[in-house]
Amino acid sequence: MYDPIHQFRIEPIVPIVVGGHNFSFTNSSLFMVLTVVAAVTFLLVPTRSRAVVPGRWQSAAEVTYEFVEKTLRDSAGSEGMRFFPFVFSLFMFILVANLWGMFPYFYTVTSQVIITAALAIAVILTVLVYGFRKNGLHFFKLFVPGGVPKAILPFVVAIEVLSFISRPISLSIRLFANVLAGHITLKVFAGFIVLLGSAGVLGVLGAVLPLLATVALTALEFLVAALQAYVFAILTSLYLNDAIHPGH
Amino acid sequence: MEIAAAKALGAGIACIGMGTAGIGLGHIFGNYLAAAVRNPAAADGQFGRLIFGFAVTEALGIFSLLIALLLLFT
Repeated sequence: MYDPIHQFRIEPIVPIVVGGHNFSFTNSSLFMVLTVVAAVTFLLVPTRSRAVVPGRWQSAAEVTYEFVEKTLRDSAGSEGMRFFPFVFSLFMFILVANLWGMFPYFYTVTSQVIITAALAIAVILTVLVYGFRKNGLHFFKLFVPGGVPKAILPFVVAIEVLSFISRPISLSIRLFANVLAGHITLKVFAGFIVLLGSAGVLGVLGAVLPLLATVALTALEFLVAALQAYVFAILTSLYLNDAIHPGH
Repeated sequence: MEIAAAKALGAGIACIGMGTAGIGLGHIFGNYLAAAVRNPAAADGQFGRLIFGFAVTEALGIFSLLIALLLLFT
């Protein structure tokens, strides 16, 4: 059956219905559990020996850790390091979930907007709660950039408020739409191979082209999987920086 | 006009937005490359900003792609 969005269907594995609400253990839940298990295994098991000269897996875990640490320190400063566990968890969850999704027949957790929206809301709520707790009403300075002429200040403030409101929306939709669009494109090109291959000898020769395109797109999707995790982490760091230092 | 035909046309029109986002991305990466060739020592320090600009610009293209996908598949 040729349907590029069939892969995103959520199917219950263990149906659980409590009082009319559906709490079923679905394929989405299964892959979230797998994501967490893989991320924790990747980070905990190789670093258990605490070797001074790290082995291959221990260096991989350490390089990942230091990469996110540098990202956060560069954009939010040393004060932002208190949020390091949060940012690193987000990064690892998104990265591992994206990479699980690259296996054929596996479900991609981040292709559902509700998952990415929950992550984005967690980020924005952290920014708001910490921003108001640390700065009080000075947090509103975020919307009033310095050095702007009085005449155009209301417009600038309106634009700043709008851009702040659109942050959780763009943060969630960017991740989910990238993953969704990438996987749909892969399936569409894979469908071309089947369509051409069933059209005789000439068709099989022609099917080599979409096959090459699918291989290239798969490589691109691996890049996107890592890049989107990095983008989510770096945007989270920048938004946290706004909460820590609201004055521009 | 039939609804299905209008949906297909709308999806095609929505994809124009992806092209314009592509122009923006070309500006970002082109200017980054031009600056990096002039001053390679400073290039690595700006990589984070490059990715930030890429992400913010790309989001707009992705929004229009999303509209196209919604029109096609729902």
